[in-house]
Amino acid sequence: MNAELVTELEAPAQRTARARIVSALGPTTVLAGIVWALVQPYRVTLLHPRGETFWFLFVEPPLLVIAVGLLFHFVILPGLLEDLEAEHAAAR
Amino acid sequence: MQPPAEHVHWLFATGFLLLGLCLLAEAVVGTEVWQRRAWRAYLWPGIAFALGVLMWPVMVFYTNSTLHMFAHGAWAQVLMLAGATELALVRGKLRSKWWRLAMTSGFLVSGTAFLVHEQNAWFFQRSAFLHHLLGWTLVVSAIFPLARSIRPRSQAAAAGFALTFVVVAVLLYCDRDVASVFGHISPLAGAPHR
Repeated sequence: MNAELVTELEAPAQRTARARIVSALGPTTVLAGIVWALVQPYRVTLLHPRGETFWFLFVEPPLLVIAVGLLFHFVILPGLLEDLEAEHAAAR
Repeated sequence: MQPPAEHVHWLFATGFLLLGLCLLAEAVVGTEVWQRRAWRAYLWPGIAFALGVLMWPVMVFYTNSTLHMFAHGAWAQVLMLAGATELALVRGKLRSKWWRLAMTSGFLVSGTAFLVHEQNAWFFQRSAFLHHLLGWTLVVSAIFPLARSIRPRSQAAAAGFALTFVVVAVLLYCDRDVASVFGHISPLAGAPHR
């Protein structure tokens, strides 16, 4: 097989892997937060409030983890994937 | 209105988790792609700087001891210095790669502050255990920002650097004001809670 062709075939696969890995960061974080909320439901005080003070209702770690995952996925990722694709297009 | 200490740890964990995700993404896509948009280039150094600024209220309000105050003050300063240095590097105001050593010093000072200000033994209770573990994690992980200074294009250094923040976030999320650690808790620690 022509080595040049192999290089051409391998490069897009590698680039796709990069896009896939970076796309998985947000959902993985959200999943981690959901699993945590299921394993320790008492950490989500909003589900069962019993006269807790402000901070116990405001700072709920599993929800914060989910929020970070969502923030990354919907705010940071779209532009990053666009730029990754643009770089690939320029490299072709 | 002052939040319990564990809540402050969780809020900082959230900041560190976001910082870790940004750095992981940069390690995966490469610095050139990550810095294609100015706001993204400034994002993680900005978060690091903001976390440093937010350490000042912690220093002011959580004065359990003089040692705590010094430790929190030192963190505030090194986080701000490391964030500001990275901002200046991105902006082009600083050019030498050796300025990245500011982050190395940030790791070493933070790790040492964790170890010095935790006066109890590892298994006294969970927060003591986590402070020791966080301290050693940061001290040992200083190798990653050091490697970034020497070889700025090293993917291993960038990934290790990013994962350190994720690990720190996980450890901070594990923190409780009074709780057992692997079944151990000193009777002097007080009544444990979930």
